Amino acid sequence: MAVKVMIPTPLRPFAGKQASVEVDGRTVGEALDALTGRYQELRKHLYAEGGRLRSFVNVYVNEEDIRHLQKDETPLREGDTISIVPSIAGGRPQPQTAASDPVPPLSKEEVLRYSRHLIMPEVGMEGQLKLKRAKVLLVGSGGLGAPLALYLAAAGVGRLGLVDFDRVDFTNLQRQVLYTTGDVGRPKLEAARRRLTDLNPEIQIDTYETHLTSENALDILRPYDIIVDGTDNFPTRYLVNDASVLLGKPNVYGSIFRFEGQVSVFGAPDGPCYRCLYPEPPPPGLVPSCAEGGVLGVLPGIIGSLQAMEVLKLVLGNGNPLAGRLLVFDALEMSFRELKLRKNPECPICGPHRTITELIDYYEFCGVRGEEAPPPSVQVPEMTARELRERLSRGENIFLLDVREPHEYQICNLGGYLIPLGDLPRRVQEINASGPVVVHCRSGARSAEAVDFLRKAGFSRVWNLKGGILAWSDEVDPSVPKY
Amino acid sequence: MLKLTAEVAERIRAHGAQSYPYECCGALLGSDGPEGRDAWDLVALENFRQDSPRNRFLVRPEDVLRVEKAARERRLDLIGWYHSHPDAPARPSEFDREHAWPWYSYVIVSVEAAQPRQMSSWRLTDDRRRFESEEIVAQLGMPG
Repeated sequence: MAVKVMIPTPLRPFAGKQASVEVDGRTVGEALDALTGRYQELRKHLYAEGGRLRSFVNVYVNEEDIRHLQKDETPLREGDTISIVPSIAGGRPQPQTAASDPVPPLSKEEVLRYSRHLIMPEVGMEGQLKLKRAKVLLVGSGGLGAPLALYLAAAGVGRLGLVDFDRVDFTNLQRQVLYTTGDVGRPKLEAARRRLTDLNPEIQIDTYETHLTSENALDILRPYDIIVDGTDNFPTRYLVNDASVLLGKPNVYGSIFRFEGQVSVFGAPDGPCYRCLYPEPPPPGLVPSCAEGGVLGVLPGIIGSLQAMEVLKLVLGNGNPLAGRLLVFDALEMSFRELKLRKNPECPICGPHRTITELIDYYEFCGVRGEEAPPPSVQVPEMTARELRERLSRGENIFLLDVREPHEYQICNLGGYLIPLGDLPRRVQEINASGPVVVHCRSGARSAEAVDFLRKAGFSRVWNLKGGILAWSDEVDPSVPKY
Repeated sequence: MLKLTAEVAERIRAHGAQSYPYECCGALLGSDGPEGRDAWDLVALENFRQDSPRNRFLVRPEDVLRVEKAARERRLDLIGWYHSHPDAPARPSEFDREHAWPWYSYVIVSVEAAQPRQMSSWRLTDDRRRFESEEIVAQLGMPG
């Protein structure tokens, strides 16, 4: 196909000073190859390293942007006109962390406190004052937030914001080293403030005892230079990402699961954001949280410390930040892998053709509603823990079926017969179909599925223990540990 | 060499001051000749980087086409672009260089605390490696 390529003024010196060039090609890609084959100087102006069209080079076939057609593969017809149209972008250099904010010089006590920084030429007095001027917001003060808050406070970050709404509970203490046994039951931020002020009374600590929401996120994030994502759920993670991108602030990301962790720096100038990596959240329930899947205690310490290190580097302006790189840590292999991340030119929030211009409903986006447990997918007959105890004490011959995993049975059990949910279909004949059966798990969710399965398999007298072992411990026997 | 009329220079400064603390941007219309180029007029444009207007500007391709057409109708050329650097020097950033086109003049005005300061002009070298400073010369008025 012979087509005409319109050359914009700035590129004409590289195309024989012509305003248009005739080339052949079946697709836009082929036509541009033919053009740059003839005028090789054009290539570096049109294509970035790696052979992709530069983000500010727009190609139209007749009147249509090829990004909305089939991009390079857009087919051409005889006589089509391809136009190369510039978009014009630029901007001032990134400021060092609010380098102009005045801060008082370090006191004698501070000089001593930060002495091991001050004697490093890479930090020195200039770097320590940058840290003192820095304003860093930690979203989440759990497993990741604990080492982050401790190290950043210790290092002398002048203003540290913490967002969390939770109270300290016993299950936190295995990894959230910011809290002590005596803090159990207290609001996390109250405990955190006391601990961090003990550690470094020289810094300002701001606490936001609230859920981060689409309504309050921009206001909470705005005063800070750097945002650190220490959240444990997808809605908040997308919210933190989007709010950081909208405000133009770097977002130091970390996440953990069982034995694995990830770290990256999103939203750096021209670097990718979380949505470039994960445009869509996983289906609800596919990726368990720490509460559901567990996490090895030291892991958040490692990942949170790596995040803290990235924060210090961003503030000091030293080294290579993890922008455009995803660091993946495997504790069992004790290995770090690094994946290259690219900015997605079609990213709906940080790309040039973005479609998200304000914060959205992130629970809806992630397919979950709030913090509530997902509604049970099946409606099944239930029995409360009290009723079960009464019927057992009356001597009723109830078959108690426990559908948890063997390692959970070792934590605590009600003396039930153990068949893990996944094994139930092939072991169903082990249960007497005529007698009454009560099924339980930890909280009542898995056992509801089991009851549904058993009813479909022909069991008529089968109940779900409402609230599982947790309810049993609350209502019947407090000596049964909760986990 | 880029010749600016006093009026064009003043309008660039005023646009920078008025947009502070955000970046302003616009197009320069004029003519290019062997003796250098003249900017006779400008078209102030909307900055489409609403996500980060304090340190980025973006002119969309459809606006580039619109400005080119307006220039042709007045028998002028689109010779370059101007933008402001709020609270930063009038020097091109690395981001400016990465996103620059050859041939165009890139005028940058530094605006500190809403006050326009220095103004400079730059041209990208043909190998894209760096910007070269382009001398700005005051032009007295539109010829005849």
